[in-house]
Amino acid sequence: MGTIIGFLWLLVALPTAFLIGWVTERRHIRSLEERERNSTDVRVSNLKEISCPKSVQSSDLVMGHVVIATDYWKSTAAKLRNLVGGEMKSAQMLMIRARREALLRLIEQARRRGASEVCNVRFEFSNISMMRGNQVAIQVELLAYGTALIRMPDD
Amino acid sequence: MIVVNTETVPGQNVVEVLGLVQGNTIRAKHLGRDIIASFKNLVGGELKGYTELLTEARREAMARMVAQADDLGADAVVNVRFTTSAVASGAAELYAYGTAVKLVEAADRTEPF
Repeated sequence: MGTIIGFLWLLVALPTAFLIGWVTERRHIRSLEERERNSTDVRVSNLKEISCPKSVQSSDLVMGHVVIATDYWKSTAAKLRNLVGGEMKSAQMLMIRARREALLRLIEQARRRGASEVCNVRFEFSNISMMRGNQVAIQVELLAYGTALIRMPDD
Repeated sequence: MIVVNTETVPGQNVVEVLGLVQGNTIRAKHLGRDIIASFKNLVGGELKGYTELLTEARREAMARMVAQADDLGADAVVNVRFTTSAVASGAAELYAYGTAVKLVEAADRTEPF
């Protein structure tokens, strides 16, 4: 009986997860692309040295942060991938989306503060799915942080 | 208080290093958010509840770090770093650390460049 319920669950959950997950991912990537096109006004670098430090009026720490999960279909695919090895595309896509999202949020915060540049950007990653006992999905937390520079207006 | 993750504050000179300052907090997530999150685990996407929770927690850790720097009489905290770790099941530790320094405005600041 238990196996039948388990099998039925897989039969329903996997296609549903696949469909909704696919739509969510497409929508997210579209939104990322659009926002990235609109955020070319803030220059981002991971350099420690600041170019032309004398023209900096003030500096401030800015952060962008996201917690994101894969769908059931992809985490199942990842488990299967573990058996045969090779590139784990589902997890890879998740990391890419998380990093781009975190970076965009950092840029948006910097822009709200009137900064034209963010330097010394660092990415901090943590896998919070380990916190759950019987975990099926991959949950990752990504933090991007850096120093926003507000330049003095040109004379 | 100026908080940056570069080694110096642009336009200012570090005159005294006061030492390492740190702040941490361990947060547990509550049941309601957990239930929503388990739905999200099925279909994927951002877990907004956790994002908010961790943002708030990280702000708290930073505030504790800044309070420590205040006690030392610092002008700024430089070279700030963040780490997150899962210490217990259902809880995450957010840790922020940096160096508290005293600043003086750079002498050449007013000169044209």
